[in-house]
Amino acid sequence: MKCGSDEAKGCSMNNTVPIAEREKFIFINSKNGKKGTVMCDEESVSGSVSQRACVYCGARVVLNPITDAFHIVHGPIGCASYTWDIRGSLSSGEEVYRNSFSTDLRERDIIFGGEKKLASAIDEIMEKFSPKLIFIYSTCIVGVIGDDVDAVCRTAEKKYGIRVIPVKSPGFAGHKSMGYKAACEALVTLFGNEKKGKVDGINYLGDFNLSGEIWILTEYLKKMGINIVSKITGDSSYEELKNAPKARLNIVQCAGSMVYLAKRMEELYGIPYIKISFFGLEDTKRSLLAIADSLGDKDAYNKALLLIKNEEKKVKEDLDYFRMKLKGKKAAIYVGGGFKAISLIKQFNDLGINTAIVGTQTGKPEDYEIIREISDEGTVVLDDTNPYELEKFMKEKDVDILVGGVKERPLAYKLGAAFCDHNHERKHPLCGFEGAVNFAREIHQSANSPVWNIIKNERKGSEWLWQEAL
Amino acid sequence: MLNLTPKEVSQRSALRINPAKTCQPIGAMYAALGIHKCLPHSHGSQGCCSYHRMQLTRHFKDPVMASTSSFTEGASVFGGGSNLKTAIKNIFTIYDPEIIAVHTTCLSETIGDDLKTIILQSEVPEGKFVIHANTPSYVGSHITGFSGMVKGMVDYLSVNSGKPNGKITVIPGFISPGDMKEIKRLLLSMGLSFIMLPDTSGVLDSPMTGEFNMYPKGGTKIEEIVDAGNSYHTLALGKFASAAGAISLEKKCKVPLSVLRTPIGIDATDQFLMALSKLTGKDIPDYIEEERGQLVDLMLDSHHYLHDKKVAIFGDPDTVTAMTEFVLSLGMIPKYVLTGTPGDGFNAEVEEMLKNAGVKGSTVKNAGDLFELHQWMKNEPVDLLMGNTHGKYVARAENVPFVRFGFPILDRYAHHYLPATGYMGAIRLVEMITNAILDKMDRECAEEDFELVM
Repeated sequence: MKCGSDEAKGCSMNNTVPIAEREKFIFINSKNGKKGTVMCDEESVSGSVSQRACVYCGARVVLNPITDAFHIVHGPIGCASYTWDIRGSLSSGEEVYRNSFSTDLRERDIIFGGEKKLASAIDEIMEKFSPKLIFIYSTCIVGVIGDDVDAVCRTAEKKYGIRVIPVKSPGFAGHKSMGYKAACEALVTLFGNEKKGKVDGINYLGDFNLSGEIWILTEYLKKMGINIVSKITGDSSYEELKNAPKARLNIVQCAGSMVYLAKRMEELYGIPYIKISFFGLEDTKRSLLAIADSLGDKDAYNKALLLIKNEEKKVKEDLDYFRMKLKGKKAAIYVGGGFKAISLIKQFNDLGINTAIVGTQTGKPEDYEIIREISDEGTVVLDDTNPYELEKFMKEKDVDILVGGVKERPLAYKLGAAFCDHNHERKHPLCGFEGAVNFAREIHQSANSPVWNIIKNERKGSEWLWQEAL
Repeated sequence: MLNLTPKEVSQRSALRINPAKTCQPIGAMYAALGIHKCLPHSHGSQGCCSYHRMQLTRHFKDPVMASTSSFTEGASVFGGGSNLKTAIKNIFTIYDPEIIAVHTTCLSETIGDDLKTIILQSEVPEGKFVIHANTPSYVGSHITGFSGMVKGMVDYLSVNSGKPNGKITVIPGFISPGDMKEIKRLLLSMGLSFIMLPDTSGVLDSPMTGEFNMYPKGGTKIEEIVDAGNSYHTLALGKFASAAGAISLEKKCKVPLSVLRTPIGIDATDQFLMALSKLTGKDIPDYIEEERGQLVDLMLDSHHYLHDKKVAIFGDPDTVTAMTEFVLSLGMIPKYVLTGTPGDGFNAEVEEMLKNAGVKGSTVKNAGDLFELHQWMKNEPVDLLMGNTHGKYVARAENVPFVRFGFPILDRYAHHYLPATGYMGAIRLVEMITNAILDKMDRECAEEDFELVM
């Protein structure tokens, strides 16, 4: 239901926020009320302290993990500098992608146009290195001064006989989601339009190999006898990506960034896709079976059952320990995509933790519908929220833990909540069976740190401390 | 990761690889956070604001609040005026700051938004302020962005009311809250009344109190910025980050100025304290002299390990210049000195320093990048690398001890609480430099050379 509407009166309506336009982006879950809707996938309100990034950012985070690609950011230096080695995506081979290449546009380039500089930058890469694949990202300014980046790329492809692919990502053309789309279009350009002969195996879309997560999943699939044709884009390479159109099935982990590509590949190459998630035991089990099922592979299905049995046995003791340590805590989730939020709610349920707040930066209406169904009554659901609202609701709900990204970490701490980075800066794999243990351990270590006792005492004031000492 | 860097150096004119700078708006955002109860506002696309908040958050490990005009395609065609007006209205209603400090981005600059006019047409509640700085990303670097916002503060707010306040204004430059705190301690030690503009201490190193404050206690108060027009002198520390503000204060309010080096190292700290003493007639207290004596003692204790060691230093022009001077005083040889910020003044100043110290064969460059620095180091290695976190790749690739210094430092803790400025800061630097070199010796020396006492 929309907050502010008549039906909403039943739910806690002290959730009014001073910025009226924002009310449509918030709702309180109520099972008895009418079907809920939340505004989403819209522009942020001017003047809000939004946690969102831009189109370019979306494109960059999707393509950056391609390990042997040269990513030239065509724009002023900032865009390249802030995304330099941004993801924490690991590579088992080349590490070209961890460098930062930019045209570092200066004032005269803005006045006279940046095409020449871009062409020279490509020449200078060719002089020094032997790239197979170059991506050229258009940033805000390039969109405004109107450089014909496509033409520069075409000329370079002809001149050097390698792939030089434009990524249309001027920052102002929407938010991060549009950048995902731009990245997917660039990948389609890389794959080409032709249908190719099939090989045995699947593509793994929307995993970026943060902390080596893709390696865990590859291992599971190997045990099921399933081959990965192409990883898109974590730990991938140009040669590997070229084969993507030959796969029999696409599995999509990060739906926010990659469902669009999956749909495009279905149209172009007739590859069906399924959404999967390897966050938490429940989703991991369901996903492994779903993959075997979609392939119609009875043998793989049986192997998956065995794998699940074995792996679950391995993690049970650890998880039980953390369940005991975490029972009754309350959590808030603020992540990029809706699909990840859904997995996290289930994972918290499994640990005996109630999720009191769920927010996403780029969730879609269907994600919010699922969130409404699986979250408890009274759960606050937020789209594109800001620190002000997070503070307000985290205090109201008295949450113990926040799961979020870079900018939320210190905010959570100041609000007295433990924190888990479920974004670019995760330090250990959070997917699959071992990931579920890592996740639980991280939540335990943060939520049960002795430092919270000191902070609780801070709240009581220094006078209390001195009295206690005497 | 850097195994693709070739040894052979060739000239590049278009391609920047592994930058040693970032863009103006983040500097403006950092400066604005140094005003008490100020919300920095980024006039451009959401990404800029998000990136700057992310990077500052990673460096300071503290919440960084800033708002954005959230440009869309429409704004970039029809101008961002209505976005900014809506933003100003919303910000005062929701976040209730005392002041909004707007900075532009490459986008809003290029479409030609006239910030001064838009701000004049905006609804600003009684007693509240909106100021701005023009910070196109394709000019200068984060350092010039910082400088631009400090100038904006002076241009909008400072007034000479004809009543001298007996205070000195200090513009500290793009340094950490720990540094600003140290400079304030030195000023207080001499019993001086002062205005520090801006002051991020108490904002980005705020203590854990168990409560979240959107606007922490620290920061220069608006009335202090206004009152800076009545001070008797401005000390601009570091010409790249601070001179512009001081010059504006002179033009607008007739406050005389001196530009000094950022007080990093013994000579620059001496200059700073002596300038204060000369300007005010006050003595430097004994306990500060004692700290200087301790620093000299430490420099002597450790000099065997430092003399003739070659150093590569990169980062921001004001702090790199001061650091070069300091390592020279330690007997080290600044082999490569590089800043990403453009500006020939940097080369001239560093080259003069090297000449006076009799150091030959060093390379000095402005508007350079880390790829180039790495190539130089491959050709002629150094014993120590000093610079921001991005240098860690080069340090690892070339197996060189590495001292993190400057902005950003993304992979270490506590650096923003502790000073690099003043004598105490110099003591800390000697500790970091010497121990980095000794750690490498301990790690790599032959078994029989492994010593208990060093």
